[in-house]
Amino acid sequence: MTYSPSEMMTVAAARALANDDVCFVGIGMPSAACNLARLTHAPRLRLVYESGTIETRPTVLPLSIGDGELCETALTTVSVPEMFQYWLQGGRITVGFLGGAQIDRFGNLNTTVIGDYAHPKVRLPGSGGATEIATCCGKTYIVMKQSRRTFVEKLDFLTSLGHGPTGTERAPLGVRTQGPVLLVSDLCVMTPQPDTREFAVVSLHPGVSREQVQAETGWPVRFAAHVTETPPPSRLELDTLRDLHARTARAHGTAPGDF
Amino acid sequence: MSERLTLREAVTRFVHPGATIALEGFTHLIPFAAGHEIVRQGIKDLTLVRMTPDLLYDQMIGAGCAKKLIFSWGGNPGVGSLHRLRDAVERGWPHPIEIEEHSHAGMAHAYAAGAAGMPCAFLRGYRGSELPRVNPNIRFVACPFTGEELACVPAIRPDVAIVHAQKADRDGNVFIGGIVGVQKEAVLAAAQSIVTVEEIVDAFPASSNSVILPSWSVGAIVVAPGGARPSYAHGYYTRDNAFYVAWDAISRDRTAFQAWMDQHVMPR
Repeated sequence: MTYSPSEMMTVAAARALANDDVCFVGIGMPSAACNLARLTHAPRLRLVYESGTIETRPTVLPLSIGDGELCETALTTVSVPEMFQYWLQGGRITVGFLGGAQIDRFGNLNTTVIGDYAHPKVRLPGSGGATEIATCCGKTYIVMKQSRRTFVEKLDFLTSLGHGPTGTERAPLGVRTQGPVLLVSDLCVMTPQPDTREFAVVSLHPGVSREQVQAETGWPVRFAAHVTETPPPSRLELDTLRDLHARTARAHGTAPGDF
Repeated sequence: MSERLTLREAVTRFVHPGATIALEGFTHLIPFAAGHEIVRQGIKDLTLVRMTPDLLYDQMIGAGCAKKLIFSWGGNPGVGSLHRLRDAVERGWPHPIEIEEHSHAGMAHAYAAGAAGMPCAFLRGYRGSELPRVNPNIRFVACPFTGEELACVPAIRPDVAIVHAQKADRDGNVFIGGIVGVQKEAVLAAAQSIVTVEEIVDAFPASSNSVILPSWSVGAIVVAPGGARPSYAHGYYTRDNAFYVAWDAISRDRTAFQAWMDQHVMPR
């Protein structure tokens, strides 16, 4: 069964979610991964979107974080201040999904600017919920396509804390949550090394070489002692993901690849 | 007590050049009709406050209404960039704008503090982020009880809050259902408020998660059916996702943007 690198990435991210997780979901790839998990191995997974919708069960993926579909299928909908105060800051979310325009080897993320802040080459959307998702969720998973433009030696701007600029900054800042424990790309799966907190490759997606990962990474890549091959998507995972994208495309009138 | 006005009257009376205004609605119920009226009246030098500037502020910034933007996420949801915002920040078109940038948590806390009449808000936020380096309105203080270092941001206290709601009743009370966002806080934090509504009704429906704004907490009620399009009004019309996608091409080009505004927003 053939599949795209993007499908492999979504499936690998979905597998990391457990049935008893309460997950703070972002739009795009995280939304696809979270709903795939809910529709396959984790039916009781509780999804929370920053628009205030709690335990939402959308039948199609939302285009925005606040589509009506999310509210209609939610257990309850709370205000945005309540979401950030009681639910996120209150420590009730077990896992948050993040991505960004740039990531460094310690899982710090930039979603603010490319170039200088005062005179940016590219003005990106900014933090949104990410800055506090990164520190208030029990742990975070990062999902990003891998390239030298996105996996960089040094961030242009640190929007959301990973393990910090030298991998040691969380505890001194009073941040007691785990931070990024998983990084899934279209090439591989990485986890932080226990001593340095630097992300190291633990599994390569089928057909991907170590050289390929290095070629798409802006720092010297570390590999775990035992690198495995990521299990390819099962038929159930692929069918479920493709059905979800097809339903979404029909609902939004767009191509399935857009999400 | 809230007063029933036309959109033109309400904007003329409450929105003045140089004012700080907040047009809120978290993806849902974005007050496009009211924002367009501000553009038509040519009101400039505004400080625009909004968590997610969305297409509405992209249009108002491109039309030259904004002196400053206070925000926490400036993108086209699920699509990409806000090109008019980017053009203003990256190239100073139609003129440079000042930005004050927060996180969602920071803005949400700042609105709640504004509604509560407090000067500032405390949160366990911004830790390890560079945002405090570029925004002097993010500071840190020690909790007087535990010593824990907490982020502190000034309360948002707009001159005018503008929101769109599903319904008002004949006494001028306001009903908001569905994703309720930060509208209640924005209205209560502001010195004045304008609420545009889909319709006036005799009685409100029972709802498991609705927000009610009592008449005496609202400045003006304006009947503006469809006033949140191309965002949506739960129970009335759905989000025009295709337009959000189409806006990417319209807004990318200054001429195409101006032609669109001339055709759809400006009086003919």
